[in-house]
Amino acid sequence: MLTKRIIPCLDVKDGRVVKGIQFVNIIDAGDPVELAKLYDEQGADELVFLDISASNEKRNVIIDVVNQVAAELAIPFTVGGGINSLEDIKKVLRAGADKVSLNTAAVKNPDLITLGAQYFGSQCIVVAIDARYDESLGSWRVYTNGGQRSTGWEVIDWAKEAVRRGAGEILLTSMDRDGEKSGFHIQLTKKVRDAVSVPVIASGGAGSADHFYEVFTEADADAALAASIFHYKETSIEAVKDELNKQGVNVR
Amino acid sequence: MIGIIDYGMGNLHSVQNALRRLGVDYFLSEKKEELAAADALLLPGVGAFKDAMHALKENGMDTFIRESVQAGKPLLGICLGMQLLFEESEENGLTDGLNLLPGRVVRFPGIEYKVPHMGWNQLIVKQPGSPLLQNLSSDYVYFVHSYFVKTDDQNVLIATSDYHEEVPAIVGKDHIFGAQFHPEKSSTAGVEILKNFANYVERRKADATV
Repeated sequence: MLTKRIIPCLDVKDGRVVKGIQFVNIIDAGDPVELAKLYDEQGADELVFLDISASNEKRNVIIDVVNQVAAELAIPFTVGGGINSLEDIKKVLRAGADKVSLNTAAVKNPDLITLGAQYFGSQCIVVAIDARYDESLGSWRVYTNGGQRSTGWEVIDWAKEAVRRGAGEILLTSMDRDGEKSGFHIQLTKKVRDAVSVPVIASGGAGSADHFYEVFTEADADAALAASIFHYKETSIEAVKDELNKQGVNVR
Repeated sequence: MIGIIDYGMGNLHSVQNALRRLGVDYFLSEKKEELAAADALLLPGVGAFKDAMHALKENGMDTFIRESVQAGKPLLGICLGMQLLFEESEENGLTDGLNLLPGRVVRFPGIEYKVPHMGWNQLIVKQPGSPLLQNLSSDYVYFVHSYFVKTDDQNVLIATSDYHEEVPAIVGKDHIFGAQFHPEKSSTAGVEILKNFANYVERRKADATV
């Protein structure tokens, strides 16, 4: 049977890996190529790169980084951030990425999902959803622009629409949990997992191996993504997998 | 020297990176004359079966591959490239394949489970003596596919994997091989398989010159 995947995520700004808490207070966390190699050696099942550079000019740096990382990696890797057109998708895939992650651009222009899936195949189109709970509405809403802009979409509706258009995977981030290390959002993840027919990657809130166990067993997530706990060596991918293995979760 | 067949289907980047890291000599070409000089052929591929066969037929690459194999040249098909080795595929209407191995490419029924079969799955070794399986056993490898091979000939199954169906993972007959998963994306296990193929090619070449 398929294993549950552990995916380290590198937020890359102007060619360096950075990490913020709840999308702000950004600090430097290392060289992307070095970290990518380290994670591959530690048994990462996949890697995600999110380019959070502020300007288009600086964004071109990511193509070089993708190229360098692709030359070193023997596991699948996804690149997201600032991908707005079919041309952008092509550039990133040409540079050696296996998948692209679409977020703001997909909400603004859902045809990008449809066309991307048609041209390059669903397997390389990941739709990233940043979700925040809205107390007054009693539901999770979709945010874009690095979590700054609220959209009219309800998370489940948007996830379904993205899959209908050809998304091959959903990368679901709980903004409420991002950087908090208090655990993945089980309820949110489960809701989306039950609503769509494609793999769901849970993101936001990883603080310990137990949190991975919870999201795999309670929400049945297909994969779980984390950044800071790996970057700052609070735990390693190996340690998380050992723990999951002991508890009977199928990992590589 | 391994010749990678470039017929416009899929990402050739990662296969090249993997071979380069291994220090295996390779070249990429869309020309039969150039590929004819290779000691072995590698047929990659991502996308739809019908489009791929169409692309191969356009310039007679299908005939070239069949003739090369008949002349004893080793061949490794990866992912869609592996499926193309079989008789036919159901994808987008029945399409003939290269017909080098017996079997048909069918879609996962996927009623109670997710399609594509995507992620890391374990190899179930059927032929431990295969040259492709040196130093490997129940390793995990990375799959992404919605169609899989059904065959009545157990002899072509070198290793399988279990995803609600018995999924042929590594297939082969004589000097023809195929991998349904992506060895170039399968970390150390995948690297080992590519290395095994390269070593096999070298051994065959050495034997031929003796």
